[in-house]
Amino acid sequence: MGKWTRRGFIAAGVATGGVFAVGVALREGHRAPKLAQMVTEEGETLVNVWVKLAPDNTVTAIVPHSEMGQGVFTSMAQMLAEDMDADWNLVRFEQAPAHEAYANHALAREYLLGGASVPGFVQDTVNGAFLRMSQSMSLQITGGSTAVRFTGQGGMRVAGAAAREMLVKAAARTWKVPTRTLRTENSFIYHDASGRSAPYAEFAEVAGTLAPPTQPALKSPEAFTLMGTSVRRLDLAGKVDGSAEFGMDVTLPGMRYAAVRGAPIFGARAVSIDEQPAHAMSGVQKVVNGGEFVAVIADSYWQAEQAVAALDVTWNKTGREALNQDDIDTRFAADMARAVESGREQIDFKAGNARQATDRAPHRLEAEYTVPYLAHAAMEPLNATALVEDGNVQIWLGHQNPLGARDAIADTFDIPTEDITVHNRLIGGAFGRRGEVDFVLMAVRIAQDSDGPVKMIWSRTEDTRQDFYRPATRARIIAGLDEAKQPVSWDYQFVHKHEPVEASDPPYTIVNKLIHYAESENPIRFGAWRSVDHTQHGFFIESFIDELAHEAGADPLAYRRSLLQDKPRHLAALDAVAEASGWGRDLEDGRGLGVAIVESFGTVVAQVAEVDTGGPVPRVTRVWVAADPGFVVNPDGFSAQIEGGIIYGLSAALYGNITVENGAVAESNFHDYPVVRIDDAPEIEIALINSGAALGGGGEPGTPPIAPAVANAIFAATGTRLRSLPLALPSDGVAEAGPAAPRRA
Amino acid sequence: MMQMKINGQITELRVDPDMPLLWAIRETLNLPGTKYGCGISQCGACTIHLNGVPVRACSMPVSAAEGAEITTIEGVASADGGLHAVQQAWIEHQVPQCGYCQSGQIMSAVALLANNPAPSDQDIDDAMRGNICRCGAYGRIRAAIKTAAASLPSTAGEEQSNG
Repeated sequence: MGKWTRRGFIAAGVATGGVFAVGVALREGHRAPKLAQMVTEEGETLVNVWVKLAPDNTVTAIVPHSEMGQGVFTSMAQMLAEDMDADWNLVRFEQAPAHEAYANHALAREYLLGGASVPGFVQDTVNGAFLRMSQSMSLQITGGSTAVRFTGQGGMRVAGAAAREMLVKAAARTWKVPTRTLRTENSFIYHDASGRSAPYAEFAEVAGTLAPPTQPALKSPEAFTLMGTSVRRLDLAGKVDGSAEFGMDVTLPGMRYAAVRGAPIFGARAVSIDEQPAHAMSGVQKVVNGGEFVAVIADSYWQAEQAVAALDVTWNKTGREALNQDDIDTRFAADMARAVESGREQIDFKAGNARQATDRAPHRLEAEYTVPYLAHAAMEPLNATALVEDGNVQIWLGHQNPLGARDAIADTFDIPTEDITVHNRLIGGAFGRRGEVDFVLMAVRIAQDSDGPVKMIWSRTEDTRQDFYRPATRARIIAGLDEAKQPVSWDYQFVHKHEPVEASDPPYTIVNKLIHYAESENPIRFGAWRSVDHTQHGFFIESFIDELAHEAGADPLAYRRSLLQDKPRHLAALDAVAEASGWGRDLEDGRGLGVAIVESFGTVVAQVAEVDTGGPVPRVTRVWVAADPGFVVNPDGFSAQIEGGIIYGLSAALYGNITVENGAVAESNFHDYPVVRIDDAPEIEIALINSGAALGGGGEPGTPPIAPAVANAIFAATGTRLRSLPLALPSDGVAEAGPAAPRRA
Repeated sequence: MMQMKINGQITELRVDPDMPLLWAIRETLNLPGTKYGCGISQCGACTIHLNGVPVRACSMPVSAAEGAEITTIEGVASADGGLHAVQQAWIEHQVPQCGYCQSGQIMSAVALLANNPAPSDQDIDDAMRGNICRCGAYGRIRAAIKTAAASLPSTAGEEQSNG
């Protein structure tokens, strides 16, 4: 690949076997000094997204994201093929290896940690596209609903367009005709005047000698033939015949199995282990004391799991042995009150003077809400297969951040990164959990004690009790209302602030806003959970705005509209979902419709839920959705993500409740951490809106609106306002009130 | 040593008779399409057919399968590799997202249609509620089962019940 030394934003060349390859890359030493300054370390190759054209005219997209259900290989290939005018039947994909060439740490630090966005002077250029892409691809992370909106838009499409331009230029040279007389279609180049045509591959060698364009032209949406269509997923064959290889399915010669027990109370360490019971069992090879965990290596997983269960482990004291969920909830409330009293609240957003406006307002409404801890509960329990041999580490697993996993291994075990190989595999659901490295380090630690490779598998109990949890939080909102009961102030306090920063800011036009939070110890591990802070803020904000509408005697959808006059995408989504759901129609007794709207990860999603409150738990019968991600690349695939986001959020809304008992997580499996099953899955009807706004994500935005939509529907059906999740109704059908009934003044 | 027929082949297993069938299928027989999800018959990821009946392999000891005929996801397609109607419908409706639970989902659906070629919505719920999908593909699963039912030769031309 000698051609790759070319400095510039797009690199191209002919590799071994006549494969023409195009990548988009930002390299050190580029002539633009301001850009060069952004490359903080010498010798780093920046973001690359590659397309390969083989002599048989097949096109391969090399995708630097992990597949965990979102269909990323298909959407990325689709975006590449669109601007390349590639024949979709000849398009393939490969997952990029966990290698620096596909990610960049320096730029990521600069832009992610710095919180800066792409500087204006490069925004509208190819360079800007790469920078935007590097923001999302930093560290090769899959998360934040970033693939389509950044990697796809800024990488795949640019690489495809550049490849096409170079191939056309090569054809023009070969045929000695002007480039403008050539056209491309389905991986062929046509010269209509002479009737000549030839496949792309014929021009690969010449194209590889050309200078890549710096600003390849991307198609305008009117010219799309692939983007905007529901091409079928490229990865389903193996997912219906059992042949798809997940991390769990990795098998190596001589491989043994490990079962683990993490410290029941986070932070505790195993001070002693009585190994005798385990050693008396057949197949047991070794007991490992990993400090924060213990493990047994055995010839089969079943033997290892039985043996680890038989170990008698003494854990040291953490001081949290008597801690229960009620203590945590009480402390949240106390820390919130103390923050206000002491004036030491952390200010999140501020506009106008909310407290003064509230004091002067003729009416006010106040409410408190709580949400519990949540586990991710992906279908594939955590696992990793590791081999430590001659100072080298190899690990096979499904990870959302394979480079981060590699670096964590390097840091923890003091091994040079070049001696570590991460083999990323399909992920059986992640939802944020597989961006953590705890289980990666655990597998390597176990492998250090094993002769040959060892596959570590967590039981479902471990997966549930050793998670990084969506935090339990509490919120208090106070609104000042004018004579017409329109809000003049919004004083919003909560505990725990993570990402995205804008999640706590309501979309509604309210002149005086004070959004602030209190620090309160979170005694169990925090983790990003599908849509992160939007899950709780969506519930708090969209529940309270519904309460304000009721207070004003207004229709909740019309009330929202009146406060979103400067947000045309929100208005369009509300109108679409109102029409689809027949908002305002008469319903049977015990039924109700509730609405909620949340913008997250660049996508506006409005939902109307219909509930039937006749049973022991509210039954969500139907959900109507209007979603605007700017432009929908693959309508069916995007819809699948929204459907999945709703079911995931509905599991949390109805059932999800992780609790701490005696310092440890009490729940263990699907019997005590129930999730939505087919018989309580609502019918979901989705209207897609192509507003033309900047591309938004698909994986997460479906989740935040469902809990408040259901709670608001329960209120519409019963007159009872539920302010705590999960939304269980007692068996007599009368709902419990939330933590605090609204106080009026 | 225990003998059973797995995907049409007579197979001998020399493992602890108490070992759950799931681990024998995955580790000893190297048929990894059957998945581990919960270990206590709560999620259905490990669903296989034992003498034609869907069972959870995670909770059944190998000894209980002695002499039985077992079908796993690897044995659902026809011998020439042609996909089962359920698998075809799964692709037509683009059911799988992450795909991890789908072996179990498909095994439950195949068993349902073998016994009930025109299931109602209630029949589908009853047969499938033991299979959790955390990607939330339930609506597509329901639709795909109806498509598969309509395409099965024995039900060709029959009215579909909507229960």
